[in-house]
Amino acid sequence: MSKFKKKKDGGLAPINTASLPDIVFMLLFFFMVATVMRENTLKVANSLPAANQIEKLDKKSPVSYIYVGKPSDNYAPRYGKEARIQLNDNYADLKDIASFISAERAALREELVNSLTVALKVDRKTNMGVVGDVKHELRKVNALKINYITAASEDTNKAE
Amino acid sequence: MAKRAAPEVNAGSMADIAFLLLIFFLVTTTIEKDSGIPRKLPPIEDVTEPPIIKQKNIFTVLVNKNNDLLVEDEPMEVKDLRAAAVDFLDNNGDRSCSFCKGKKDEKSSDNPDKAVISLKNARETNYETYITIQNELVAAYNQLRNRRALEIGASKGFPNMNFVQMQANKKDVRFNGNKEKLKAVIEQIKKEIPQKLSEIVE
Repeated sequence: MSKFKKKKDGGLAPINTASLPDIVFMLLFFFMVATVMRENTLKVANSLPAANQIEKLDKKSPVSYIYVGKPSDNYAPRYGKEARIQLNDNYADLKDIASFISAERAALREELVNSLTVALKVDRKTNMGVVGDVKHELRKVNALKINYITAASEDTNKAE
Repeated sequence: MAKRAAPEVNAGSMADIAFLLLIFFLVTTTIEKDSGIPRKLPPIEDVTEPPIIKQKNIFTVLVNKNNDLLVEDEPMEVKDLRAAAVDFLDNNGDRSCSFCKGKKDEKSSDNPDKAVISLKNARETNYETYITIQNELVAAYNQLRNRRALEIGASKGFPNMNFVQMQANKKDVRFNGNKEKLKAVIEQIKKEIPQKLSEIVE
């Protein structure tokens, strides 16, 4: 009997796990702080073009997002390869834009309705035809403040 | 018998390390913000007669479906577009613009206020090309506005600040200058060099 006990004594001491909760909390806090809540799941390809004369999107005024691009790979068999518009979580047609904008406006306080900015997140490989159509729809519903969301790049063409 | 028990690690300071890391990340993380080129669409209205603009005051930029550029009926590379647009806007053909440094060519634009850039693209044009061109044209305006801002800024109390910085400061809550004055300067520059960029829809 004593033989066995002696062997056990020589084993490793158990790891102190008192700080494990701290580490877990730290991770939790970190992700809580750093996560941007994504409102929409993207169903279209969305690699943005780069530009350098850009301004930050003013989050003080309300923003609505319109995504345009090819359906992403797992949707491609069903929806084809032509560029599509995505509003909220679903593919949409051009004619849905008007109702989308009015729904977005209805959710706003009255004094903010006119400052609604429409952020266009368009994939770089898209043709301008679709973008032009979207812009025309926006003009029809008088949503005139738009912003072409782009990635930032270095200005290589500075003349000064 | 020969094996000794490993000494227990003191974990008392683990929490401190965890908090240190937490605070470090708290301080260094920036939540990414979307940025892009802001534009304003023209409202739909029944224009019976379009405004009459002299041909020399219009700078036409055409992009075809192969993403080739035609500027003032001449093919052009994208990298030359900014300089060409600056030359056009800064031309000062009627000599009424006091701050212009252009060639005063009679055949080009009268003054920055009258100069209009007209952009037309095909339906098949690539979006990336379109954004690059928009970017270059905005850059041309910004270049002139920056120059003007450095000229007049000093006398208004904002020395060594270009137009882009002025706009950034206007939005920045930490800016500790006179925002009303800054706004007035920005408005003045915007009025002197207005962004008259029209897009043609077919």
